[in-house]
Amino acid sequence: MNELPNDLRYASSHEWIRNEGDGTATVGITDHAQAQLGDLVYIELPELGSQLEAGKECAVVESVKAASDIYSPVGGEVIAVNEALADAPETINESAFADGWIFRLRMADPAQLEELLDADAYQELVDEEVH
Amino acid sequence: MVPFGGWEMPLHYGSQVSEHQVVRTDAGLFDVSHMRVLDLSGSDALLFLQSLLANDVARLKKPGKALYSCMLRPDGGVLDDLICYFVAKNQYRMVVNAATADKDLSWMTRQSDGYRLELVARRELAMIAVQGPNARAKTLPLLPPGLREAAGLEPFHGLGHGDWFIARTGYTGEDGFEIILPQSQVVGLWERLIKAGVSPCGLGARDSLRLEAGMNLYGNDMDETISPLECGLAWTVAWEPEGRDFIGREALQRIADNTERRHFTGLLLEDKGVLRQSMALFAGERVVGEITSGGFSPSLQRSIAMARVSADAGEDLQVELRGKRLPVRRVKLPFVRNGKAMFDF
Repeated sequence: MNELPNDLRYASSHEWIRNEGDGTATVGITDHAQAQLGDLVYIELPELGSQLEAGKECAVVESVKAASDIYSPVGGEVIAVNEALADAPETINESAFADGWIFRLRMADPAQLEELLDADAYQELVDEEVH
Repeated sequence: MVPFGGWEMPLHYGSQVSEHQVVRTDAGLFDVSHMRVLDLSGSDALLFLQSLLANDVARLKKPGKALYSCMLRPDGGVLDDLICYFVAKNQYRMVVNAATADKDLSWMTRQSDGYRLELVARRELAMIAVQGPNARAKTLPLLPPGLREAAGLEPFHGLGHGDWFIARTGYTGEDGFEIILPQSQVVGLWERLIKAGVSPCGLGARDSLRLEAGMNLYGNDMDETISPLECGLAWTVAWEPEGRDFIGREALQRIADNTERRHFTGLLLEDKGVLRQSMALFAGERVVGEITSGGFSPSLQRSIAMARVSADAGEDLQVELRGKRLPVRRVKLPFVRNGKAMFDF
């Protein structure tokens, strides 16, 4: 597996979040998560403008194997969704940390980021799951 | 890797969807060594099989010809589905499912009392399937000299040479071969096929390919509690000749006479989402059936399923997906033939 990006924070439910530095953040699922799910065939994106709560489900990805909820790592208002995924959910398989981003939100409380895992801690979690 | 019928098998070798597509457009390779080969020989072999199987082995006139059949319990439930090859006079070969192999063998042994025959489980044999429009062309040059005649095999026929056996059969709806050979030689053939440009495919693609082809999976679409008349396999029951008293015939006749018996149908979901096994089907507020196999069809880019529904279920069916009721369309099986949809949508 590729090195985990160091500039991201991670949730134990396998989402990543990038602090954009302007009060907003971008969210996706990790490369480990996409590999576990297998080929993605559908995605249900969060609604633009909706208010998300930290740790609550906000989107669904469906793979050849299973449907899986996506949880918002922090609370806030959805300000953008990656519409391209609706027609090409496989982008998440190909580029989980970049082109496969799922939504962007205006954070209600950026301090919530501190409660999430850093790359090393998330890597440890993945290693434990695999072994 | 996933557990399957007592074996550990790869779900995919990278991408299930690409493996599916390669079988529809070129050639894919499956390790199906989990399937069990059973050889039956003896002067009563034909008589025994005519009693054991719901399809009639006497239909096999030409050596090498294969027959698909269910093996039933006295109450009509399906013990297993299998392929039976007529190898030569008094010699037959059956290929049965992995999960049911031990059960099958003890059932057959019990039923064989009083017949002059020998039943041998060939656990030392491996089996691979090469499937797709280019499968035969890519496989033929790699076969041992004794199997060159495989070039002339008609669909659903096989031929053997020593411990090798090759048949123009499969579980994908595409042309291709299934090859039975000694374990000691299977890795070599596998590697030569890969070198010839045949792609390895896992259990995931095998499942989506057979689903598109409208082929049943034992344990999903039928089991010991389901008769072949309720899982789309009525065509495999040989009622003629009338005097052939196969195991389960009487019970099956009663089920056939019952107009209330459940129907087996294909389903297409036109909305987004994936139909999956065990999902309930609704006609309004009434639960009228259940999905027995479901998944995403890479060829149709939609979700498809096979389902068992009550006789009065009607055409307007819905499924519940994430708390929402979505309509599903009943369609005739198979969904896909030669890589193309069999209906408009």
